[in-house]
Amino acid sequence: MPEQLAFALEVTANGLMAGVLYALVALGFVLIYKASGIFNYAQGVMALFAALTLAGIIDGQVPFSHLINAVFGTDVHYFGWNAPAFLAILLTMVVMIGLAYAVQRLVFRHLVGQEPIILFMATIGLAYFLEGVGDLMWGSDIKSIDVGLPQGMNTWIDDSTFNTLGYGFFIDNLDIVASIIAALLVIILVMFAQYTKQGRAMRAVADDHQAALSVGVSLNFIWILVWSLAGFVALVAGIMWGTKSGVQFSLSLIALKALPVLMLGGFTSIPGAIVGGLIIGVGEKLFEFLIGAPFLGGATENWFAYMLALIFLVFRPQGLFGEKIIERV
Amino acid sequence: MFYREAGDFSTSYPEDSQTFPIKFDRYRYYLVLFIAIVVIPFFINDYWVNSLFLPFLIYAIAAIGLNILVGYCGQVSLGTGGFMAVGAYACYKLMTSFPDVSMVILVLLSGLITALVGVIFGLPSLRIKGFYLAVATLAAQFFLVWLFNRVPWFYNYSASGQISAPERTFFGIEITGPNTQAWATYLFCLMFVIASAYVARNLTRGSMGRKWMAIRDMDIAAEIIGVNPLRAKLTAFAVSSFFIGISGALFFAIYLGAVEVGEVFGIQKSFLVLFMIIIGGLGSIFGSFAGAAFLVLLPVALKIVGVDWLDWPTDIVAHLQLVIVGGLIIVFLIAEPHGLAQLWRVAKEKLRLWPFPH
Repeated sequence: MPEQLAFALEVTANGLMAGVLYALVALGFVLIYKASGIFNYAQGVMALFAALTLAGIIDGQVPFSHLINAVFGTDVHYFGWNAPAFLAILLTMVVMIGLAYAVQRLVFRHLVGQEPIILFMATIGLAYFLEGVGDLMWGSDIKSIDVGLPQGMNTWIDDSTFNTLGYGFFIDNLDIVASIIAALLVIILVMFAQYTKQGRAMRAVADDHQAALSVGVSLNFIWILVWSLAGFVALVAGIMWGTKSGVQFSLSLIALKALPVLMLGGFTSIPGAIVGGLIIGVGEKLFEFLIGAPFLGGATENWFAYMLALIFLVFRPQGLFGEKIIERV
Repeated sequence: MFYREAGDFSTSYPEDSQTFPIKFDRYRYYLVLFIAIVVIPFFINDYWVNSLFLPFLIYAIAAIGLNILVGYCGQVSLGTGGFMAVGAYACYKLMTSFPDVSMVILVLLSGLITALVGVIFGLPSLRIKGFYLAVATLAAQFFLVWLFNRVPWFYNYSASGQISAPERTFFGIEITGPNTQAWATYLFCLMFVIASAYVARNLTRGSMGRKWMAIRDMDIAAEIIGVNPLRAKLTAFAVSSFFIGISGALFFAIYLGAVEVGEVFGIQKSFLVLFMIIIGGLGSIFGSFAGAAFLVLLPVALKIVGVDWLDWPTDIVAHLQLVIVGGLIIVFLIAEPHGLAQLWRVAKEKLRLWPFPH
């Protein structure tokens, strides 16, 4: 077995794992875009916010403690308890649902019927707002999340590949768990959309707002539901990325990683998000390994995904699985 | 009472089609120009120039450029930071390669180079539309920043990877480097701002601008009535990138003096300029100025209130600033999706009838 090939295989495997995580973030985008036509740039910041809230609740931090201390001259920081991970996740989910409700009531309800670009700008505003609120609430220092997910190298894969190929693959346990959870999440979401009453209503809204309204679907409720689902996906993504590399501002930048995934897969397709995520994950890792690092000076991961998506789109403007764009005068 | 068309008769076509057809408007415009050129240079110092005037002027050029692309031609771009970086690095390479050429020519050349790059990245816009295009322009943003970071030729193989502007003079007065006078840099930038606004204003009300707007409103319909979408979109990308390149060159050479590309021309810059034209008003030259002024003033004002008056820690003020900027954008979009420029238009309509609205 040539060593280069073994390396390339390992890189591919890691790329697949990373791709699953990208797909996870992209899913949140697709959900909201399908149901309300809003391109939610704030998805990444929602993941950051969820992870910050989770970390804050586990540590028993007092929300807005810095602000309170600055205004009233007090000195409070911690409640003095540590919440169990499960309870904290539930509480964070409650916060995310509250957030979904607030976003729908205070922002997007007032913007119904505006052009898509205005809605997009509003989500950028929302992203800034949430980022600021998250930092004010929980402080901007780097936090770590530990909800009991396994971490470190998977020794079984290492051993078995070493025995068969003569070279042990390094694959993080966390990545494996993340992939499994992401796959489960996708199955659950698809089942929810296909087989439940609310899921059907959601698809109806995605298809045609007015027709859905006329058969008695509550748009308000569906939109809150969709934003809550996106919040849930954000929470899962936040836990994964937060466990992997700590909760900090850069977490919100995963949204930027998810954008080319969306372009490649199509904004309106859940399977597209998955396939796009895998292609981009493998593609950028392999490109960096084969061409980027040896010939171009490295760090090509920053732009490769975008270039790939860009070139791809020139040939197929709606992405892999997106609905065909039909334009009429 | 003062702001009215009544009694203001045009006797020739040029008079009828001038930019400011209302007398009061015209005089106000001359007054603003007079104050900007003659009065302000006598009263500014380094602090005001560096914290307010230079960023305002330079961002105004960038906002005009982006507004042509997004507001007039309807092609959403998130690559502004990358194009500003092209302008900055082009200016740097030109400054170091041709030390004897006038800065004005170099800045204009940087603009031209950026226009070329803009056209290349604008090519996909013929196939890709809407959000897909917005995301596609991010490719330009990330690729260009990476390129300037990784290819040593662009920063002349300097050890730090930074570029810093050598000292250059304009009519014997230093305008770059550490020993500049506040008024000199201010006037140099102001010159470009006035020229850009003049050119942009007249381009957008001419046939080219009409073509852009036709493409923006519905590109297929525009194509049917005879607008060539290839030419319209690519000229919009070229003109827009030209202005953005100029602003990038000035940002680097005059304002900052030394630049680390990832930090200065990152994606945050793209969003900042985009916010300026949204808050100011899409499809309005005045809006570009208003938005730039607003977003330059806001952080300074918040810092004065938060840090100097209330004595809060700077990090809290920085976070509050995020909250306020984000909140303001949402409030603006809900209350007035067409931005400050629309408020201004409404005010002018009211002024026309004032003080007898009925």
